Order: sequence, then C-alpha cells, then structure tokens
Amino acid sequence: MKGTLSEKKKSSAWPRIQSYMLRFFMILATVLTVGTVFAVLIYVIVKGVPNLTPDLFAWEYNSENVSMMPSIINTLIVTALALLLAVPVGICSAIYLTEYAGRGNKLVSIIRITAETLSGIPSIVYGLFGFLFFVIQLHWSYSVLAGAFTLAIMILPLIMRTTEEALKAVPDSYREGSFGLGAGRLRTVFRIVLPSAMPGVLSGIILGVGRITGETAALLYTASTASDVVTNVMQPGRTLAVHMYCLINEGLYTNQAYATAVVLLIMVVGINALSSFVVKKVGVKK
Amino acid sequence: MHKVSEVLMKILFLIAACVSVLAVGLICWFLFSNGLPTIGKIGPGEFLLGTEWRPSSGQYGIFPMIIGSIYVTIGAIIIGVPIGLFCAVYLAYFCPEKIYKIVKPVVNLMAGIPSIVYGFFGLVVIVPIMMDLCGNGKSLLTASILLGIMILPTIITVSESSIRAVPVSYYEGALGLGASKERAVFFSVLPAAKSGIMAGIILGVGRAIGETMAVIMVAGNQPLLPESLTSGVRTLTANVVIEMGYATGLHREALIATAVVLFVMILIINLLFTLVKRRDA
Repeated sequence: MKGTLSEKKKSSAWPRIQSYMLRFFMILATVLTVGTVFAVLIYVIVKGVPNLTPDLFAWEYNSENVSMMPSIINTLIVTALALLLAVPVGICSAIYLTEYAGRGNKLVSIIRITAETLSGIPSIVYGLFGFLFFVIQLHWSYSVLAGAFTLAIMILPLIMRTTEEALKAVPDSYREGSFGLGAGRLRTVFRIVLPSAMPGVLSGIILGVGRITGETAALLYTASTASDVVTNVMQPGRTLAVHMYCLINEGLYTNQAYATAVVLLIMVVGINALSSFVVKKVGVKK
Repeated sequence: MHKVSEVLMKILFLIAACVSVLAVGLICWFLFSNGLPTIGKIGPGEFLLGTEWRPSSGQYGIFPMIIGSIYVTIGAIIIGVPIGLFCAVYLAYFCPEKIYKIVKPVVNLMAGIPSIVYGFFGLVVIVPIMMDLCGNGKSLLTASILLGIMILPTIITVSESSIRAVPVSYYEGALGLGASKERAVFFSVLPAAKSGIMAGIILGVGRAIGETMAVIMVAGNQPLLPESLTSGVRTLTANVVIEMGYATGLHREALIATAVVLFVMILIINLLFTLVKRRDA
C-alpha cells in the first residue's frame, strides 16, 4: 500500500520536474545564443577600437600601414556593379513570376526550383564557378568584374524572393482598380504595383548589399586579392572582407585585423539594421 | 504601339526570369564538365575512397575531407540544434514581449555577421580556450562548436516560424487536458511542427557543410582521417580554398573535382529540403 502511494506521488511530481527542466533549458539556450552574439561583438569592439589608427585609413596601401581604405572603396565598386547586374534581373523575374505567369505554369516551377537551388549553393562553389567561367573561359582574368558577376548570381535568388514577397503583399484591389481605369498590365506593374512594393524590394536589395559586404570565399579566386584601388573593372582588387582574410592569413597583423573586423561589423550590422528599418516603415504605412 | 511595348516587356520579364535557370545550368555544366573527367582520370574509387591526399606525389584521395565535412556538420548539428530549438520554443511561446524585442533582432544580427568575423573570433577566442581544455586548439571539436554557433540563426528562425504556424488549438487542447504550459508546447505543439523544424535543420546542414572561411581558421586542416574529437580535420571547402591559389595541372583539376563532390552533396541536401517542405505543404 505504502509503496504504491509513494510511487503515485512520484509520478505526479515528474511532470512538474520535467516542466521546470524544460523551462530551464529554454532560458539557458536563449541566454547562450544572445550571450554568444554579445561576446563576439564586445570582444571584437574592445580589441579593435583602440587599434583604429588614422594609418589604417590612408588612401594608399602599403605593407606598413596595411590601410583598409582601398579595400573599402573596392567593396563599394564591387557592390555597385553586382547590384547593377542582379537588381534589374531579380526584379524583372519576380514581376514575371507574380504578375505574368499563370497558375500551374511549368516554367514557373522550374524557375522556383532553380532559384531555390541557387540560394543553397555555398559561396566557395560560386567562387570556383566564377573562376572557371568568368576568369578562365571568358578570359577576364582575375578582375573586379568577374567578382561582381559571381556575386550577382549569388544574390539573385535573394532579390527575387524578397521582391516576389513584396509584390504578392500588394492587394489585388490595386491591380483591379488600375485595370478598371483602363491601364494596361505593364502600366499597372510599373505605376501601381511596383511603387507600393518598393520598401520590401528595397529591404531585399539592402540585405543583398550586406551579403556582398561580408563575402570572402566567392571573391578569393574571382576578384582576387590585389591590395590597390581598382581604376577599371578588369583589374583585380580585394574587398574589405577579403582584406581581413589576407591580414589574418599573413599572421603579422592581428591588431589591424581586429580593427578591420570592427569596420566590417559596423558596415554589415548597419546595413542589416537599415533593411529591417525599411521593412518596419512598410508596416507603418499599411 | 502600346501593344508592342506590352509584348516586348513581357518577353523581357520572361528572359530575366530565365536567368536563374541559365545560371544553374552554367554552374552545373562548368563544374561537372571540369570535374567529372578528372574523377575518371584519377579513378572514382581512388578519388572518393582514397585516404592519401599528397598532390606532390600524385595521390588524390579525398576520403578524409569527405569524412571531415560530415563529422564537422554532425558536430554542428549536435551543438546547434538543441540550443536553437529550445531558443525557438522560448521565443514562440514563453518569451515576454520586452525580451522578445531584444532577442529577435540579436538573432537577425547573428545571421548577418560575416563568416570571416566568426572565423576570426574562433581563432582568437575559442581556439586558445580549447587549447587549455584539451591540448589541441584547432580541431574537429572547435570547428563543430563554431559551426554550431553559425547555424543557430537559421535553426531558430525557421523553427520559430514553423512552431508559430501550428494552430493554437493544439496548445489549448493540451492545456485543457491538464498539461503544464511547457509540456503542452513540447509534447503537443512541437511534434506538429516537426517537418518545418526538419526543414530548418536541413538548411542548417547545408550551411554547415558549405561553410568555408570560418572553418579553415579553426579546423587545423590536416588532410588526415580524424582520430578523435581533438584531432584536426580538413573539410572539402577548406581543401579548395587552401590549395587553389597555387595548384596547377591535375592538382587543380582534383580541387575542382573536390568542389563537384561538395556540390553534389549540396544538391542532395536541397532535394531533401524540397521534399520535406512539400510534405509540409
């Protein structure tokens, strides 16, 4: 009798213990996650900010000042080029998918599958493809242009997906209203649908910029690691992330690598914050 | 006139939409046409199952790298999935609004930190700690920990949204039957969100196996079969990045073939992802 009673008590205590344990693990996991991010940020900032010397922002790179200014300028050039290529294509294909293609269109499902495949390909594979196709096959040699094309393909699925989502979020009544007033499909897309989807499109583009800024593996063997500012797009040049990789690899510039990490982090974090700010503005507008 | 521009633009949109198909086609063609003949030349058995990678003496066995990639990914999953899952459940069901407003942007930020910065952090922080703890800093274990951290945002974001997609009635039903909040979520909501969570894990696997810059800084990169958790490993991605810079001839072709093997693994993972997602829908 006594034995079964205590057993019964035990079994009714177990769910409660289990609940406490689950709650404990949840909080622990969340603290670990947030703690890790803060650890990375604080560590890099504490070690990096004291090393941010004016030397590091000199216009000319040499092995003494290991200036990151040329790589920052190169990053801007590569980003601009890649966006110039990827954004029109990405937006146009998203327009095709949402505004033109009929339901159950076979081509649409093929495009969807390939876009999904593209977004799963690791950056090193992009880098190697860029090397084989742009650098070798098209004889562009190591150049910023080859890097930009490679990155453009890499961010294409991102631009496509965010634009598609933004276009889908535009209510059908907008389109119907426009058609009702006698506007054609094209006019409706460019005058009505695209402008109202613009914040979503923009946030996707900004996310793309963030990805380009942080990218290393896809650029190593396409745009290569030349340390000077490029004067034309057929020249090789390193972006800031590649610059940081070179600094770490050479092993002599750990302090400068910390400083570069700070600048890189500020750029990427700023870009991502900008993107979510733009998205929030959409929410307010609605 | 209007009609003409309508048709022209429609064709333009169609062409733009086909660019991604073209890109995938080109990538497949260039990788496979460069890689497969090399695998044939070296011999598929020797290339895929050979344990000796000595380009200088003409031995190209990438088995240690395949195993390295798989081990590191498994390690990342073991570390990243439980933490990510618990965190996702907390965010979806238990987190007070105020804390959510802090944690969610932090998770988004985590996804945005470049892999080179993670790698650097791993190199200057995690590697010395591991050196003190187990004698060898750059190891399979260190790489697993770093990758586990890096896949957290993917796991958390995807799991959270699939947990939120489960109808509230599941949760309320369990509560009504007398379950505690925690038990209701873990034993009633979570099983219903299973396939979404699975999709998130597969995405994480894809990220971990394809990660390059962070891994090469903390994994040690010895092209040998790892003997224990603390021995160094080289992944497929690391093999390409490290040696591509100076490789020529058959050596370079063997590296491209290495990328082909990685690419095929990624394609399989993508396929799995699509299947799981389709079952979900």
